[in-house]
Amino acid sequence: MALKTLKVAPGFMRFMPKEYQDLVEKGPFGRQIKLSELGTFKEVLEEHPMCEGCAMALFIRLSLIGLPNPEHTIIVGTAGCGRLALAQAAIPFVYGNYCDTNGVASGIKRGLAIRFPEQDKDVVVMAGDGGIADIGFSQVMHAWFRKEKFTTVMLDNEVYGNTGGQESGMTCRGTVVKMAPTGKQFEKIDMIGLAQNAGVSYIARLTPTNPGRVVSTIRKAVLVARKIGPAYVQAYTSCNIEYSIPPDRVLDDARQVEKERYGYLEIMTDEAKSYLAQVEAETRTPEAVATV
Amino acid sequence: MKSCTPYCITTGPAGLLPPAAACCGIVLPEKGQGLVEGRLVSEEAALEVMAQELLSRKNPTIFPGPLVLWAWKEGVSEKAASVLELAEEIPGVRIIPMPDYRPIYPKIDPEAVINPCHPNLTIWYNKIEVCVFVGVHCHFANITLRMIRAGTNCYTITLCHSAGHEDSMASLPFCDVEQVRALTEAVRRLKRQGLRPRHGDACGIQLTHAQQAVEAGLVWRPA
Repeated sequence: MALKTLKVAPGFMRFMPKEYQDLVEKGPFGRQIKLSELGTFKEVLEEHPMCEGCAMALFIRLSLIGLPNPEHTIIVGTAGCGRLALAQAAIPFVYGNYCDTNGVASGIKRGLAIRFPEQDKDVVVMAGDGGIADIGFSQVMHAWFRKEKFTTVMLDNEVYGNTGGQESGMTCRGTVVKMAPTGKQFEKIDMIGLAQNAGVSYIARLTPTNPGRVVSTIRKAVLVARKIGPAYVQAYTSCNIEYSIPPDRVLDDARQVEKERYGYLEIMTDEAKSYLAQVEAETRTPEAVATV
Repeated sequence: MKSCTPYCITTGPAGLLPPAAACCGIVLPEKGQGLVEGRLVSEEAALEVMAQELLSRKNPTIFPGPLVLWAWKEGVSEKAASVLELAEEIPGVRIIPMPDYRPIYPKIDPEAVINPCHPNLTIWYNKIEVCVFVGVHCHFANITLRMIRAGTNCYTITLCHSAGHEDSMASLPFCDVEQVRALTEAVRRLKRQGLRPRHGDACGIQLTHAQQAVEAGLVWRPA
């Protein structure tokens, strides 16, 4: 996508659905959006078919607000709950096979760099724990080893929620889910540790309890991936259906899990740190403030 | 649905999963040709049939796709203008856009949009019996056209920027501004020759209720 694709041909605006008129006139494209502006602009994702109270849907919605340049972003996903919402967002979405999201993202990123050498194009893989840590594990690791410059976001609901509750590599040891009646026999995979060992430039772990933090974490991850190296964000996004959490208690659960074992964590290389500091300084110059 | 040999692409409903026209021996037209119900004809003959169907069937509707709706490159505005010019000549025509190919769930508003994942909903709801696809990427048009043929009685016309579509009832390949204007001229000519349009009492383009509400700044809630 690019900004020029968001201009309606003359004479056709009156026939466009309201949603598209709003996206053109009040969308987040071509400008920096702050979370505090929520409600004053048209979000790239509003309606979606995910379950009532779904933490993953909330996290995705916030993540999309955090994208620094949604008009120059492509999202890669795969089978699972997340893609139900991602495919409906007003951002190009590529549906990778279950095992190859990070391979597909590598190709897209490299292709875009050749096709648009003057324009930064961001690629973000957003997939579940099954897509990232189990079935897509090999390609995730190799993309990190190759230092591919894109962001990988794991929507970690700690279960295969879309297919009825099978345990995943990210399910905690001992957890009983519908299709794992004896409880999981092994530890949760330490993807954060693996990312560190693979030399990922920016790593974060979080829950959707703090919307501002979600937005800023995604923004930082995408910026680092754009210029420095791979970024990895691991987000706890519970499956309230498979874990039987009442919809109105989903955030209570997230707070509890955050307190016990999923506290906010941010690890980055010195290079990433100094780049983010530089970006921060640039956005605070009087000229930049005046344009925002 | 009438049956004929060789295979004809006629209005449906053809039933669940009709065979792809290409599998039934229907070939795409060359430049300067058109395709009408599966048979190769001259461009002029195809335009004549399209004009006739647009004027004589119920609830004619144009479905502009992203390649016409978004002014993403030079030449799009001119083509969009030619489509609007065509619409002005078809009394009672509606324009229901296909702005992109995102799936729309849990529910689409059939008065506001046509979606390639379930185009039949828009056609059934609006009782459309003839439609024009223009500016839709071919791979989405192909699947959409088969769904329409499978489940509706809508006559499909495709003004394709590329090689044309076997699965539509009338198709013109390599269709640019010139060809759209030629269709407009064919519509004008038929009217001059005395063909009374099906919706002759209506003047110009009709907005759907959804479009009227949006234009009036009202909140629209689909039924």
